[in-house]
Amino acid sequence: MDFLRPASWEEALAAKAEHPTAVPIAGGTDVMVEINFDHRRPEYLLDLNRVGDLTEWEVGEDTVRLGASVPYTRIMEDLRGELPGLALASHTVASPQIRNRGGVGGNLGTASPAGDAHPALLAAGAEVEVESVRGSRLIPIDAFYTGVKRNALAADELIRAVHIKKADGPQQFSKVGTRNAMVIAVCAFGLALHPETRTVRTGIGSAAPTPVRAKTAEEFLNAALEEGGFWDNGKIITPSVAKQFADLCAAACNPIDDVRGTASYRRHAVGIMARRTLTWTWESYRGTAATTEGAA
Amino acid sequence: MRVNFTVNGRPQEADDVWEGESLLYVLRERLGLPGSKNACEQGECGSCTVRLDGVPVCSCLVAAGQVEGREVVTVEGLADYAKQRSCGHQAPEGHDSHTGEGTELSPVQQAFIDAGAVQCGFCTPGLLVAADEMLERNPNPSDADIREALSGNLCRCTGYEKIMDAVRLAAARQGEAV
Repeated sequence: MDFLRPASWEEALAAKAEHPTAVPIAGGTDVMVEINFDHRRPEYLLDLNRVGDLTEWEVGEDTVRLGASVPYTRIMEDLRGELPGLALASHTVASPQIRNRGGVGGNLGTASPAGDAHPALLAAGAEVEVESVRGSRLIPIDAFYTGVKRNALAADELIRAVHIKKADGPQQFSKVGTRNAMVIAVCAFGLALHPETRTVRTGIGSAAPTPVRAKTAEEFLNAALEEGGFWDNGKIITPSVAKQFADLCAAACNPIDDVRGTASYRRHAVGIMARRTLTWTWESYRGTAATTEGAA
Repeated sequence: MRVNFTVNGRPQEADDVWEGESLLYVLRERLGLPGSKNACEQGECGSCTVRLDGVPVCSCLVAAGQVEGREVVTVEGLADYAKQRSCGHQAPEGHDSHTGEGTELSPVQQAFIDAGAVQCGFCTPGLLVAADEMLERNPNPSDADIREALSGNLCRCTGYEKIMDAVRLAAARQGEAV
């Protein structure tokens, strides 16, 4: 094994081009487990800790450009306003020690369907900025996950940052596990209201080969909210609409039975989480709307 | 490969380090610092918690090569680290700051003893490092704060109530001292 220590992003890209089999390591919270357990013996480890700008973020007009190695601790403490869904998801990652090291770039690189960041990224809307010596490109989050622990990266590419849409409405994240800390998701659900476009977006974790959106459920809900004038009248969402939305979210799953839970449990739990997160966010949206009217 | 870094205030050089080796292995097997414990090797248990540039991390998940030029504090250096923090200067000579031999205990270590928070002792070093860091950030923690700060440290004797007592005691003593 060889340990490559690029001092800059350019050096990192050059190293990855020269050694396409090199495994990038930043927080190490996935990669080191595989090495410690002898599940993986990469020819090269490509340490990204010395590339300082990977731990920085910029808040722009419409998006946050989040460096691939920004630790979850920073996201949950410093980006709660701009990225509430991702901040909630970050807070459910493992433990303080792990959140101090791990970041979204690692979640995307590993591309496990159980990665906690994925449902939040899918719901908020995001693009992954990847780069190689050949150039840079933005991959829409919907096209990023290509299979179980597979992503759209080419062999010579590295993840530099994620461009995440700033919240324009309430967002929620929900995760099922056996306890509150140190737990890999049995399944997870992210939901974001986007009042500016009058749309709702979702993200499902750990209930399909890849993280997925419940697109049929989104289309149904978008139409139902529009027809009922809900965005304007701020009424409580009709229970039958919430139920139909939950059923469609459950139907969007393609889960397996494994040690953490059965497929039917996952489907059931995703439906419950869909209804709850919809209720929480919608109540928050109505509350905000009411406050605005009251204050005006 | 060779790795140069600072451990408990002292420059260290580890030689013949395998590229896939963890910081934990280097501390325990190459530098003679067995205070950080090796249990799960997957970041689940927190027994190997150390400070890396001040931040609590699982040393089993840090690749040795990643600590080049950086500062690590282990449980062996915790007493001096706490002392420097409270006095704002170097700890007095006359003991070994590296291994912790002959050092007075830090307030959090003393509190663990006084509260009976040590049973088999295996989880204790990680808990001490995590608890000390929380008290540095948050001098008046609520029970929820303590639980969250220690949520990455498992005690399989399940002595959590005494551990909670110990951290409350350390916080109370810290408050009195100010």
